[in-house]
Amino acid sequence: MGTRTYVLKKAVQALLTLFAVVVFNFFLFRVLPSDPIDLLTRGAGLRLSPADKAELRHEYGLDKPVFPGQFVSYVEDTARLDLGTSIILDQGRKVRSLFAEYAIPTLILVGSSTVFSLILGVLMGIYGGWRRGRKFDMFSMGFSLVLYSMPEFWLGMLLILLFSTTLGWFPSSGRATLGVDYTGFHHFTDIINHLFLPALTLTLAYLGEYYLIMRSSLLDVLGEDYITTARAKGVREKWVLRRHAVRNALLPTITLIALSFGFVLGGAITVEFVFGYKGLGGLTYEALRSQDLPVLQGIFFIASAAVIFANLVSDLIYGHFDPRVRNA
Amino acid sequence: MALKPPIAPSGEPRRAASGVPEEPLGPISSPRRIAWVRRRRALGRFWSEYRHNKMGIAGIGILLFFVGMALFATFVANPQSVDPSYVSGPVRHAPTLRFPLGTDNFGISVLSLIVAGSKISLLVGLTASVITMLIGAVVGIVAGYRGGAVDTLLMRITDFGLVLPWLALAIVLASIMGPSLTTIILVIGLTSWPGTARLVRAQVLSIRERPYIERSRALGAGDGHMIIHHVLPNAMPVILANAVLVVAIAILSETSLSFLGLGDPLTVSWGSIIENAFAGGATTLGAWWWIVAPGVCIVLVVMSFTFIGFALDEIINPRLRER
Amino acid sequence: MSVLSVRDLRITYHTTAGGVPAVRGVDLEIDRGEVVGLAGESGCGKSTIAAAILRLLPAKTRIEGEISLNGEDVLEMKPGHLRTVRWTGASIIFQGAMHALNPVKRVGDQIAEAITTHHQAGEREALVRVGQLLEQVGLPPRRIADYPHELSGGQKQRVMIAMALACNPNLIIADEPTTALDVMVQAQVLALLKELQRELGLAMLFITHDLSVLVEVSDRLAIMYAGQIVEDGPAQDVFYRPAHPYTKALAGAFPEIGDQRFRRKPSGLGGDPPDPQRIPSGCPFHPRCPVAFDSCPTVEPRLFASGEGRRAACLLVEGALTGVRKDES
Repeated sequence: MGTRTYVLKKAVQALLTLFAVVVFNFFLFRVLPSDPIDLLTRGAGLRLSPADKAELRHEYGLDKPVFPGQFVSYVEDTARLDLGTSIILDQGRKVRSLFAEYAIPTLILVGSSTVFSLILGVLMGIYGGWRRGRKFDMFSMGFSLVLYSMPEFWLGMLLILLFSTTLGWFPSSGRATLGVDYTGFHHFTDIINHLFLPALTLTLAYLGEYYLIMRSSLLDVLGEDYITTARAKGVREKWVLRRHAVRNALLPTITLIALSFGFVLGGAITVEFVFGYKGLGGLTYEALRSQDLPVLQGIFFIASAAVIFANLVSDLIYGHFDPRVRNA
Repeated sequence: MALKPPIAPSGEPRRAASGVPEEPLGPISSPRRIAWVRRRRALGRFWSEYRHNKMGIAGIGILLFFVGMALFATFVANPQSVDPSYVSGPVRHAPTLRFPLGTDNFGISVLSLIVAGSKISLLVGLTASVITMLIGAVVGIVAGYRGGAVDTLLMRITDFGLVLPWLALAIVLASIMGPSLTTIILVIGLTSWPGTARLVRAQVLSIRERPYIERSRALGAGDGHMIIHHVLPNAMPVILANAVLVVAIAILSETSLSFLGLGDPLTVSWGSIIENAFAGGATTLGAWWWIVAPGVCIVLVVMSFTFIGFALDEIINPRLRER
Repeated sequence: MSVLSVRDLRITYHTTAGGVPAVRGVDLEIDRGEVVGLAGESGCGKSTIAAAILRLLPAKTRIEGEISLNGEDVLEMKPGHLRTVRWTGASIIFQGAMHALNPVKRVGDQIAEAITTHHQAGEREALVRVGQLLEQVGLPPRRIADYPHELSGGQKQRVMIAMALACNPNLIIADEPTTALDVMVQAQVLALLKELQRELGLAMLFITHDLSVLVEVSDRLAIMYAGQIVEDGPAQDVFYRPAHPYTKALAGAFPEIGDQRFRRKPSGLGGDPPDPQRIPSGCPFHPRCPVAFDSCPTVEPRLFASGEGRRAACLLVEGALTGVRKDES
């Protein structure tokens, strides 16, 4: 098949899946028999006259026939990245403008914690699997199982209790200190100060899972025949691990981790809320509270796109390292 | 060639592969009876193996404790103990002898809250898992068994389901359906089934390759018979091991959804206790007992299911054991 | 000159269910240039012996006895020295090359790894040598750049053979090298092995459950059951004039195409090999033995000289030769 065909095939699949999400998103709100206008304005608690409703209906394009009229304009809008207009949180403001403001902090938070938990989890998993049953493995297994069983937001609350309320080392909420206008280096350290606990929470929350996945994958591989072949050839244990075991073990690990990315995003929502962190997660909670459906729809779309993208990346990495899928 | 007589020339009863004489099945009875006797024996053997798995036993122990707690909550506990209009304890007080886990903003004993919450947390987790397992198993079996276009279609849907970010979807669905326990159960059930479906399908595919399937077909067995008597019993171990882990995730999911306020505001669940604790400022006011207690319960219950799931996995896949 | 000398080898695996005695007292000797066949059903311990020679068994396995490779005691070697001896003193052709090759590495690199690990050449020279090896086993040198999944079963097996020859070992242990192949390919690979053995004067330990394959290739044959050798001797003698009842049954179970004897009397061996943790008392074969008699469950037979350079562990054989039946004492 060749690499180029493979990349193309995967990219097209990703786009198709994204399109399916758009379709799904569209029909989600038309599932119930109730009037979409009522649904949209329920949160605002407004009492609308029939004339007002008709006006709103026209403004939102809801007076057109659902299919193809509304559907087509919905798809077109999404393609232009017009994700609708907020009706309650920030009346009249375009959803995508809201997202632009809140996206970067979330990217920083989720990005940094994912990088840390991935690297740590994978390295620990390799070592724990290689030295299975020894103290490091037993301790890490226990540690990982406990972390895996914890709700992320609860872990965040515990960390606040300990490091903020009791020890006073870190602030308990916010993205930056309010009321003060730091610049340059001060601003930077202030951000880091506020970022630390939520990032630590998300890192720990998924570290356990990645450890377990990597370890399990490595153990599977260590039982394979080609590992025995490598040892029989006289290769040192260290090289058997690095050249043969790890490479093969990383492949399914990457896939599984990408699949679990949806859970990471879920964690980001609750953790940002607990830390009052002004990112997309916190925005989601606000939108939920005020029932701002266009914003929620937009969040769902963005989050799905992120997961699809993560899976695409993992597919491409997999394809690079495993010749079998490229030639299939 | 003559059939081997049941007794070797030396006069001893023929030994089974293990070298230990197997109890005869008794007078030849119907195939169904034989199948049942074999199943009972298999269960017996399974239990004697499981008994030695420390993780598995610990898991069952912890689980039984909390099931007991939930039963207590259902049949014995006084509902007034968590009703704000009836209690008169000190507000947000650290643990004392009278209130071993402290009190919340209303002066309600956190211990009573925990007990009350156990019912919902376990129930929602289990119910949602049943939905997940039913849909997942059906989809997996049909896709794996039928193959072809049906399989491709079902797998596309499954892959699509796998990609959706569950909490974002849950929030959207809950906003449409309104907050309630039913919403939570449905949402968890509908978002978790793809993982199970994939696993079951993989198992069914490997079962399909086995020789007795072909033999059964040659004897004229129909699809229904094949699925019920051959595919299902052999897929069961994997399905059950997965079910246990699904419950663990379902309980965690319920906790998150309740924490976000998507559950029934009138019922107590461990997630809602944490929600109230947070809203009541427990984190910044240092009311650690209010936060720690429900979380520890969640961790313990989820760990117990995970332990049981790991133990089942080890028994089903012997290669995981020490070689 | 002895290339491999095994004395009273006892190997017990460690599992959560207790110790599993896979090998219970085995003696084996292979001289320079000699091919010794080791036959038996699955689970009799033959693959365990193969792995033991290069100490490839799991860490907690208990190994007792002596394994002497090219005059050195393998079991006493320090790990560093052991690694240098692996593949240069003896190499293994594993069964099921499907899984014995790393799927994400090119086969050329995997063969070259053996050469460079033992510092026999730099990377570039190693690849040149790999090309030569591939030709020797009948593969075009361009196959160097292929991945395992791009090769057929027979081709993969040839790669395994080329890899086994890479460091010029004295002894090649072939563990079921033809089992997973279909008949036509089996014949080709066998022919290749025979030719290479002759050409290079290699000693070989050929392990399989298929006796008819062994009789073609081996100088001497040893038959294993339940962790012990129950018969051995010159290959032709053991196959065509078996003494032990188990050998007779095994020989009968593998029809040779064209051999008249097999047309009229199809015979197989009923039952299953014993669970190593529940080996029957006395002669382990007695539950499945068509000629077992009353002493068999109680008296354990030892290997008894049953002819020119032949031995068998059977009370009947012993009795017939000494004129004494054990139950008469």
